[in-house]
Amino acid sequence: MNKKITAIIEWGTLLVSTGLVCFFLIAILWDLISKGAPSLSWQFISTSPTNGMTKGGILPAIIGTILLTLITALVAAPFGICCAIYLNEYAVDNWLTRIIRASIRNLAGVPSIIYGLFGLALFVQGLQMGTSLLAAGLTLGLLSLPYIIITTEEALRRIPNRMREAALAVGATKFESIRDVVLPSAIPGMLTGLVLTLSRAAGETAPILFTGVAFYINKPAGYLNQEFMALPYHLYMLSTQHQAIEQVRPLAYGTALVLIIVVFLLNLSAFYIRYQHSKHE
Amino acid sequence: MKLAIREKTDKAARLIFRMTGLMVIAILAGIFLMLLWNTVAFFLKVRAFDFITGSQWDPSGNPANYGMLPLLMSTTLVTFGAMGIAIPLGIGTASFLSDYAGKKLKSVLKPAIEMLASVPSVAIGFLGIVVLGPGIAGITGQSNGLNALNGAVLLAIMSLPTIITVTQDALEGVPNTYKEASYSVGANRWQTLIQVTIPAAAPGILAAVMLGVGRAIGETMTVLMATGNTSAFPKGFFHSVRTMTATIAIEMGEVPYQTTHYYALFAVAAVLFLMTLLVNIVGEHFVNKYRKYQAS
Amino acid sequence: MNEEQIKLAATAANLWFGRKQVLKNVSVAFPKNKITALIGPSGCGKSTLLRCFNRMHDLSNDVTIEGKFLLEGEDLYKGSLSATEVRRRIGMVFQQANPFPKSIYENINYGLKINDIPKEERQEIIEHALKESYIWDEVKDDLQKPATRLSGGQQQRLCIARAVALRPEVILMDEPCSALDPISTSKIEELILKLKKDYTIVIVTHNMQQAQRVADQTVFMYLGEIIEAGDTSQIFDEPGMELTKNYVQGHFG
Repeated sequence: MNKKITAIIEWGTLLVSTGLVCFFLIAILWDLISKGAPSLSWQFISTSPTNGMTKGGILPAIIGTILLTLITALVAAPFGICCAIYLNEYAVDNWLTRIIRASIRNLAGVPSIIYGLFGLALFVQGLQMGTSLLAAGLTLGLLSLPYIIITTEEALRRIPNRMREAALAVGATKFESIRDVVLPSAIPGMLTGLVLTLSRAAGETAPILFTGVAFYINKPAGYLNQEFMALPYHLYMLSTQHQAIEQVRPLAYGTALVLIIVVFLLNLSAFYIRYQHSKHE
Repeated sequence: MKLAIREKTDKAARLIFRMTGLMVIAILAGIFLMLLWNTVAFFLKVRAFDFITGSQWDPSGNPANYGMLPLLMSTTLVTFGAMGIAIPLGIGTASFLSDYAGKKLKSVLKPAIEMLASVPSVAIGFLGIVVLGPGIAGITGQSNGLNALNGAVLLAIMSLPTIITVTQDALEGVPNTYKEASYSVGANRWQTLIQVTIPAAAPGILAAVMLGVGRAIGETMTVLMATGNTSAFPKGFFHSVRTMTATIAIEMGEVPYQTTHYYALFAVAAVLFLMTLLVNIVGEHFVNKYRKYQAS
Repeated sequence: MNEEQIKLAATAANLWFGRKQVLKNVSVAFPKNKITALIGPSGCGKSTLLRCFNRMHDLSNDVTIEGKFLLEGEDLYKGSLSATEVRRRIGMVFQQANPFPKSIYENINYGLKINDIPKEERQEIIEHALKESYIWDEVKDDLQKPATRLSGGQQQRLCIARAVALRPEVILMDEPCSALDPISTSKIEELILKLKKDYTIVIVTHNMQQAQRVADQTVFMYLGEIIEAGDTSQIFDEPGMELTKNYVQGHFG
């Protein structure tokens, strides 16, 4: 009897931890969806804010986040993929390679706010870009770089060596074997990692705080050299800095819901790519 | 003829790939030098000793005070609080996933945890303001519930996915023979978990904890939104605090470039950088230990 | 054997993986338009030796190679020959069939394309290579099908077609039938015998019946050294060395 009770307690401890973790997720989703959904409308996602941000939609912030994520991808993907190719296909195990790998791991651990400072010092001031979409995109690109390298290398590592040998044996150079055989086979894995990384970048706020994001712009979005609006920053401002905080709460909830929808959609597409690929194998 | 061109392309590609590898080192070095440069500029104006030991952070006062202890203590307090919640929950959940949960349950829980990991920090901070804050306020009778406890809970939620995933890998990496040996002497599942599996996976679990700590120390938006941002010396979990990251986020937007205050924020960032670096190095040490153990 | 007949040779070859010596003072010659089998227990270095000839070890970092490897007297490692050129002249078929994850047509077309063979000639070459490799009848209606959907034996014949399409001078085969069933194996053996009139073939095998069925010459290796080389019938029926005799009679291996 006693044994049974202890067993239940022991088992219960683990179950309760797991239950709490699930509860967190459900609570987050439930609160955002139940209170954010009433704010969602076509008008909310297709118009600009009006009346000192107390009315209207969040279209410029949506566009800003999409453009920012695109620039991040354009900066980080080619760079990260090349670096992963170097590490997986060329690098021999020597001190230089170990330093590169250690740098990547440490870059992945650098707090995002420090990337913001680096972007401020390098792009905004050093390279005279000013606070702009481009400076913020480059900053987020640097932040995403280590994750893209790590996931791409993982995808390359999964390509068996006999594929490389097959290409070399018909007279391909090493570069040709990578370009024509290794990369095409690794694309699904690389894409999954890339999209997951971008979903993280889309939700980042700290790195863009000083590099280009703005609460309100009355110009159309899309100029590389101008400040821009972004969903995460919009949410931050609506929930902490607005003079009529209680009044704009529904807008904040709506923004939060749109933001996690964007992030989850990116995540879902990554899982879809992974799933499609695993089906083929 | 053509072959010569192809081989030149091959060599050029090799060179480009190599350059990108070297660029990664350059980026880390660039971040380090940027912090160092600005920190040195700061220490030319304010004594390093005062910065590190000063208990008052008041850059706009007269005279201005740049003591970072309150910020450091705030970060430490919130991080410890977060780990106090996240470590037991994380290990408990990971144990459940690796030893108890069936395949079906796992295939539901794994994506759920990945989903939790992907919620942006600003959304979690927002919920700290609108849900957790009023909740804490209701219990303690304070006006808004934006305090260290609020930040700690949110940071715990944010670092849980990392801790769970890495711990689970570590637990599942323990060879089955260990568990079988334990069962064969009559231990039950729980005894095996506590006395054999968790100790054997300890280095991996410590690496997981270090990753969680690194994440908590460096997180900006949640603490910025949920902890109330009083830059006084922190008095406890039910008081408002202001972490290093939040200070940089709040003040950097307002300071003129190249002033003492501007440099001071880089100096705070430098300390933050060193802290996360240290945490990562310790974490890596455990990861290597864990790998060695796995290999043997 | 007189000089002109020798197509491919190694003299005083040594090879180390790190500090472990895998080939020890190996000297061997492969006659033109003949099939030579490399036999020996696993780990004796026969595959390692084979891969020296098309410079596949260039891929791995930890390898040190000494000695000479000659294709018609030309040093494969020094002088004007690049690894790419060497591999084009010396084709290879691997132990595990490794078609590209592309269509059947593209599998053969790829080598032609990168080696700059004019587009108008390729169609004919591809057809000829597939016929030469006895797979044409099975795939002619389905050239756009992914090669990975072929059976194991068909994949291996496709890999042979891919190699012969480039008209190499030598084809190296590294246990090409070890992953195949007996029917596919006999088809490939038949094919190898056919190919001998145009190519010099070196085949690594652990299957002594196979060596006897296809090879003109046989080289027996043991622990990184060549113990004995000669006509296949001589190696199997009247081996000169006690070690060879024990191996071919199945006493170890």
